[in-house]
Amino acid sequence: MKPATLNPNPMPAGSPHLEVRDLRVHYDGIHALHGVSFQVPRGQIVTLIGANGAGKTSILRALSGLTPYTGSILFEGRDLQRVPAHRIVGLGMAHVPEGRAIFGNLTVQENLRLATWQRRDREAIESDFERVLTTFPRLRERLRQPAGTLSGGEQQMLAVGRALMSRASLLLLDEPSMGMSPRLVQELFAIIQDINRTGTTILLVEQNANQALRIASRAYVLETGRITLSGTGPELLGDPRVKEAYLGTAATGKGANRNPPP
Amino acid sequence: MRVALKKHWQRALDARWLVPCLLVGGLVLTFAIAHFGLLNNYVQLVLIYVGINIILATSLNLVNGYMGEFSLAHAGFMAVGAYSSALLSMKVLPVAAHPALFHLAVLAGGLVTALLGLLVALPSFKVRGDYLAIVTLAFLMIVKSALENIDAIGGPRGISGIPRLTTLPWVFCWTVALLWLIRNFVYSCYGRGVLAIREDEIASDLMSVDTRRVKVLAFMLSAFCAGIAGALFAHLLQFISPRVFDVVKTTEILIMVYLGGIASIGGSILGAALYTLLLELLRPSTVAGLLSWLPAVVFDPLNDYFIRHLGVLRMIIMPLALVLVMLFWPRGILGLREFRGFIPRRDRRAHGAARLKGTDTHDAADSHSTRET
Repeated sequence: MKPATLNPNPMPAGSPHLEVRDLRVHYDGIHALHGVSFQVPRGQIVTLIGANGAGKTSILRALSGLTPYTGSILFEGRDLQRVPAHRIVGLGMAHVPEGRAIFGNLTVQENLRLATWQRRDREAIESDFERVLTTFPRLRERLRQPAGTLSGGEQQMLAVGRALMSRASLLLLDEPSMGMSPRLVQELFAIIQDINRTGTTILLVEQNANQALRIASRAYVLETGRITLSGTGPELLGDPRVKEAYLGTAATGKGANRNPPP
Repeated sequence: MRVALKKHWQRALDARWLVPCLLVGGLVLTFAIAHFGLLNNYVQLVLIYVGINIILATSLNLVNGYMGEFSLAHAGFMAVGAYSSALLSMKVLPVAAHPALFHLAVLAGGLVTALLGLLVALPSFKVRGDYLAIVTLAFLMIVKSALENIDAIGGPRGISGIPRLTTLPWVFCWTVALLWLIRNFVYSCYGRGVLAIREDEIASDLMSVDTRRVKVLAFMLSAFCAGIAGALFAHLLQFISPRVFDVVKTTEILIMVYLGGIASIGGSILGAALYTLLLELLRPSTVAGLLSWLPAVVFDPLNDYFIRHLGVLRMIIMPLALVLVMLFWPRGILGLREFRGFIPRRDRRAHGAARLKGTDTHDAADSHSTRET
């Protein structure tokens, strides 16, 4: 896999790329998030891990403007409250939703092109298109195929590639490993690291804690709408509480690749 | 042999000259028919209906097929276009002296309708699916009862004495112009947005598609076309009343759309033409005329037991035919496929024969109705 240099104008270091303060989300009286605060430094991979229903997806939906929330979300210092979802993408934050949400009846090529809906820089679009196809060579073979006919792994690659087409500086990935074989997960995570090396910040939400913690420079553990633990990836990988809850007690870190208990 | 024939056929369909030739040929033909009376008035009238119905079906297909919403407002938009253009040509514009102003009245009817479409779309598109159907149905009823209760425009009696200015060549021109408009919209970046909304609205938002704007624009364009169709209709019948534009009219347009196939301009043309022509062909007098060459031994009983009752029977035959079509072509005859000549050249090459899962034909002559920048 060749790294994709998709972020041509990285912002100066200093302030965090994304800062979330006291984020609260509730659906019809059910509180999904009880005041979550965290930061994503520029150019790093940050992961949020947690079991089903911990509120991981709610955080991402709030970040992308899909769910109303209280608290503040600062992206590159800009408050995103009231910014509609389709504008947030243009600002440089792309969301690869859970379950991929590719457009199954459209071709692979159309899927990729859709992400450039608001872009008018034709030449840059073409070069981004080439880069995405270099990053995911399998997509090149399937450009004219309806996306719904791709395998699960290919669909995930397409979803990530599609997000890259929007020239995002921050990529939100919601459980990219879901439903993929361990080998494909490894491949995908290697690509995620490659993308990160070219300057794209990544916020990775995962149940597959073992894999996620290995590549993350910073990690947060989310439980029932609250952040209960945080630290660097290796710290949490070695933390007994994380080991017990998310890696399985027998996990030694090597070869362990299983989902957390419900 | 079959392969060779198919190849030739495809090359012909792919040729640059095909669509322009059809257009010029159609224009010359329609002009000749009207000018020299090549076909009798009844047949001309049916052909004009076909044209108007093509406009209605294609524009409704934009919302119900391409965008995957379900609007029932189309007859309401048609009514607004019909009334506004009729009032314009009777009370404001000196159409009697300058028949060319008729087109201004038609265009104005379309624009008024588009504006109303905007007013309807802004609140309606907060809801989706079944709820949008209810909202648009409510709109249709409001339009109808408003027209029935405004005495200045004739109330339930409607408007009569509208000049008859809709002719076959002009309907041909309007139909071509509007189809061109819709086709260009569908194959633009907005059209791509429309297709993405049909697939997954939230994902479209995440892909930076301004879903609200796309939906409202598509709805306005659809209303504009319905308004023009209404205007042409008013200047054809010379008499319009609120009763004409009820939910049955909407249903007829829906049938044409789903018969021809969703998300396909070619399909809508086919659906509108088939529906209109079949309904006319099934009239007792037409069938009797067509079968009059049969010997009396065969013809008389056939006439007594079947043809004479066709007035009622055709309302059974048509729906039955529709059920059969839906059984064999669940997406309509040309559902999600397109006549190759309508697809912009760059998209033809880029997409080949991409199509839906589950459809098994590999005929490259029509490709998936989608595009790229």
